[in-house]
Amino acid sequence: MSKFIQTDGRHRTLEGWPLIFTILTVLSVLVGGTVEFLPLVLMESNIPTISTVTPYTPLELTGRDIYIREGCVSCHSQMIRPFRDELERYGDYSKPGESIYERPFLWGSKRTGPDLARVGGKYPDLWHVRHMENPRSTSPSSLMPKYDWLLSRDLDLQSVPAKMKALRSLGTPYTDTEIAGAIDDASAQAAHVARNVESSGGPTGLASKEIVAVVAYLQRLGTDLK
Amino acid sequence: MNSIASSAHINESGKLTVRFDDQIVRYFVIATAIWGFVGMLVGALIALQLPFWQANLGQYLSFGRLRPLHTNAVVFAFAGNAVFAAIYYSTQRLTKARMFSDMMSRIHFWGWQTIIVSAAITLPLGITTSKEYAELEWPIDVLIAVIWVIFAVNFFMTLKVRREKHMYVALWFYIATIVTVAVLHIGNSLAIPVGLFKSYPIFAGVQDAFVQWWYGHNAVAFFLTTPFLGLMYYFLPKAADRPVFSYRLSIVHFWSLVFLYIWAGPHHLQYTSVPEWAVTLGMVFSVMLWMPSWGGMINGLFTLRGAWHKLRDSVVLKMYVIGITFYGMSTFEGPMLSVKTVNALSHYTDWTIGHVHAGALGWNGFMTFGMIYWLLPKLWKSDLWSPKLANAHFWIGTIGMLLYVMSMYSAGVTQGLMWRAFDDAGRLIYPDFMETVIEIVPMYWVRLVGGTMYLVGMILLGVNMIMTIRTATEKPSDSAILVNA
Repeated sequence: MSKFIQTDGRHRTLEGWPLIFTILTVLSVLVGGTVEFLPLVLMESNIPTISTVTPYTPLELTGRDIYIREGCVSCHSQMIRPFRDELERYGDYSKPGESIYERPFLWGSKRTGPDLARVGGKYPDLWHVRHMENPRSTSPSSLMPKYDWLLSRDLDLQSVPAKMKALRSLGTPYTDTEIAGAIDDASAQAAHVARNVESSGGPTGLASKEIVAVVAYLQRLGTDLK
Repeated sequence: MNSIASSAHINESGKLTVRFDDQIVRYFVIATAIWGFVGMLVGALIALQLPFWQANLGQYLSFGRLRPLHTNAVVFAFAGNAVFAAIYYSTQRLTKARMFSDMMSRIHFWGWQTIIVSAAITLPLGITTSKEYAELEWPIDVLIAVIWVIFAVNFFMTLKVRREKHMYVALWFYIATIVTVAVLHIGNSLAIPVGLFKSYPIFAGVQDAFVQWWYGHNAVAFFLTTPFLGLMYYFLPKAADRPVFSYRLSIVHFWSLVFLYIWAGPHHLQYTSVPEWAVTLGMVFSVMLWMPSWGGMINGLFTLRGAWHKLRDSVVLKMYVIGITFYGMSTFEGPMLSVKTVNALSHYTDWTIGHVHAGALGWNGFMTFGMIYWLLPKLWKSDLWSPKLANAHFWIGTIGMLLYVMSMYSAGVTQGLMWRAFDDAGRLIYPDFMETVIEIVPMYWVRLVGGTMYLVGMILLGVNMIMTIRTATEKPSDSAILVNA
């Protein structure tokens, strides 16, 4: 070792060989990532699948992409840790098999607001609409920004089939029929959410707005295990 | 623009004049100051948005869309341009060679600024992958890869034509930076596009999380640590006029740092769905990483042995001492936060925010400021316009960052403890999440004050820079050295 690092040692020689130096550096940085990552991909026991976990519906997928667009993950995690207080507060801890269709994963790293991994079914659809329109109307001291534009921006469903095809090429099991009927399916689910909101005394005419997709997505979260 | 041929010529006494490309360094220094101001301004705005929701100004300027703009601007625009300034300045001097290609240097500079502007446009529009510090969508990712390769070719070809046999330690760190950032960026950006503005990553769930934090943690390592260690190894001994404390320590800490850092990524995923063995490995390697990190700190601070009196008159050295000290503190704190029991409390809270800002404001910011104050007189051949103003920057920045970090520690620990508090009957004391938020709002205001002070310091640097450039009497030119032909 001392031969290697003394002032005129072997490392000195290495400092005169940029190419070899660079190759050794690359090898050093590749070891750790490879050793940790390969087993995650190769060993199935690392991620046990859960039979009730299914892909998002076309409308939920659209809502999820809006959730991504708005940066909701900056303040809301979707990962319940196996601690007593988190089970009390949010529900059962998150399982690896629940994330297999999550592209990208939305576990988050900060809880400026509460965790949302199991928010599905916790509040009525109308609550979410009111909350997005003005968070203070449902949670008086909330710091959350208003997302009122979700109630006025038109829902774009045209891109859903292309999105589903891309996800299928990566392994999400959407069938040809599901992809062909995606727009109709999403419109039907959107109309259903809008009717729900309306019948609880909420605003009308939301079936073609982005808010219904976000509500559908949020209401889905964590429900695969229920 | 000088070509390579005209950048070096032999005089009558057989000596070769090598002319360095200092213009590219001036470009990067100016870009650092501009983007530093922009990035910190956005930071101050989002710091205001947290305690004061009315500061969310419609969909394009709401917290969720601006937060990635802030992180991208300070990491890749402010620190990035600073790193490039450091590399272009010191590499030419350490290799006694002009950069291989002036054209490539310019493509690198303008390409990088194009990437930053694209980020500043697309992120407020909501075009994002949502993966932290890798939010930019695939067309920009492709551009980053291309520009990075051009930078790499330019750098390695300069090493090839160097006139100094041995590579100095700063260059080792630059090598590690350039190759590893390329690997990380490509690995974490693998995705299937759906149109121009949307893509889905090829990995899902647990694997996507792992790849993201392999990238995320090592962006900190190889974008914000190794190039700044290289910067330290070149500029600190220059400013202190002292040799580096220990050559042996630099070898040992370089190789151990480069090898160990990569393993530490999974510590960002403690207690998540990532398998136990992976996060435990991440924790163990994070704790080991403490030593090579402190190797760098010790080599930096001990370089000042016998020169501490110089701090009285040198704002550059003062900046470096604070920078290196904060490096030492955050590289102790990092391993501590990776330990499961600590992480159980700190994760998801503002403690993390405090930790990254200790590193970013203290280490990256102050090392950059020290470098700029040292470079300004050299690059524009003029005295620094106001050393007093630089001193004011030092103090306002230091106090601002202490307020920032302390308020976030306090907010993080408070909220973490409130989340897990049970009463005697076994019920949550604060079942309503909102109660734990209201408690820390005052700390958000303190953070805003601290962050604003730091931003004011950045403005003082800008003023000093503009005035130094304006009062320079000579036209900026390339410096030159004589070497044996």
